[in-house]
Amino acid sequence: MAEINACSGNMTGVEIADALSKEFPEGLTITSFAPKRIYAQAGKEIFLDIVKFMKDELDFDHSSLVSGMDMGDRIQAIHHLTSYRNNCCLIEIVVDLDRDNPEIDSITPLYEGANYTERETYDMLGIVFKGHPNLKRIFLPEDTQFYPLRKDFKLKEGP
Amino acid sequence: MNDNPNAVAMNSKDFMSWSTGVIDDILRATMAKKAIDKLMLPFWNWSQRNSMYPLHFGLACCALEMAASAGPRWDTERLGIIYRSSPRQCDILLLNGWISKKVRPALRRLYEQMPAPKWVVAMGECSISGGPWYDCYNVVQGGDTFLPVDIYIPGCPPRPEALIDGFLKLQKKIRAEAKGPFLED
Repeated sequence: MAEINACSGNMTGVEIADALSKEFPEGLTITSFAPKRIYAQAGKEIFLDIVKFMKDELDFDHSSLVSGMDMGDRIQAIHHLTSYRNNCCLIEIVVDLDRDNPEIDSITPLYEGANYTERETYDMLGIVFKGHPNLKRIFLPEDTQFYPLRKDFKLKEGP
Repeated sequence: MNDNPNAVAMNSKDFMSWSTGVIDDILRATMAKKAIDKLMLPFWNWSQRNSMYPLHFGLACCALEMAASAGPRWDTERLGIIYRSSPRQCDILLLNGWISKKVRPALRRLYEQMPAPKWVVAMGECSISGGPWYDCYNVVQGGDTFLPVDIYIPGCPPRPEALIDGFLKLQKKIRAEAKGPFLED
């Protein structure tokens, strides 16, 4: 069986990319796309509007992963959303954040499954998700003072 | 508690500690305690080392070796090693895996919940010294930083044979410790 039934969708990646760039002519750049994959770069002001549009209009019903990346001069929040109805299409939305004050809107009110992954990203990189119901440390003890996946975090010197 | 206790005026807690003290004094003064210790020690020691009950508590991948050693192929039960689920019924705490900073207080609490003749076995590199997570920001560098470890079993993970060998070493240690029924002196 090549494809399961739920994946026999009606919109291809190209059509979704067209709809997105028509709805958000400014602030959203589609960097590349393939039949089932879209890679986009978004501004942090319209990020929540984009996710709302993806969920309500384009049937993206699953937040696959919320993660982050420290690029040295800036911090990126990376969201992966997938859609079962649109041919299992996956979109990656990258948002550049200020390194000193990384703040982004939380998507937990839209996707409950993003709760723990957002907490993990906060734990490892220190990205603050505004509107998250319970933004606390999840893996490390609560009195930890550092963010271990940042590039300037140093392990203690060995012998 | 006053020096001349009046049994009518004591509450139950005071009476318990006072009567325990009196019995202990009599046993010591008549040398009965030493005699009981000496008489009972071989039997006590034999039963201690042939009924080692480790706590059935898995931390990481070494717990699979623990499970394999309890299974029919290696079958530690023939040596009297039975895994129990409650720390109140156990006398060995088996550290099997890396100890994160969040699980450390829970482990210490489990150790303190176990009744008195108790031993700690560290199994695998992680619980001996941190192992692959040496210098990690979230892993305790060895179980002996907060627990009195008796036996170290190296390996990553150790084979079930190595685990059984460690338990046999612990049997030798219990025999050499030779603690009597009163667990003192």
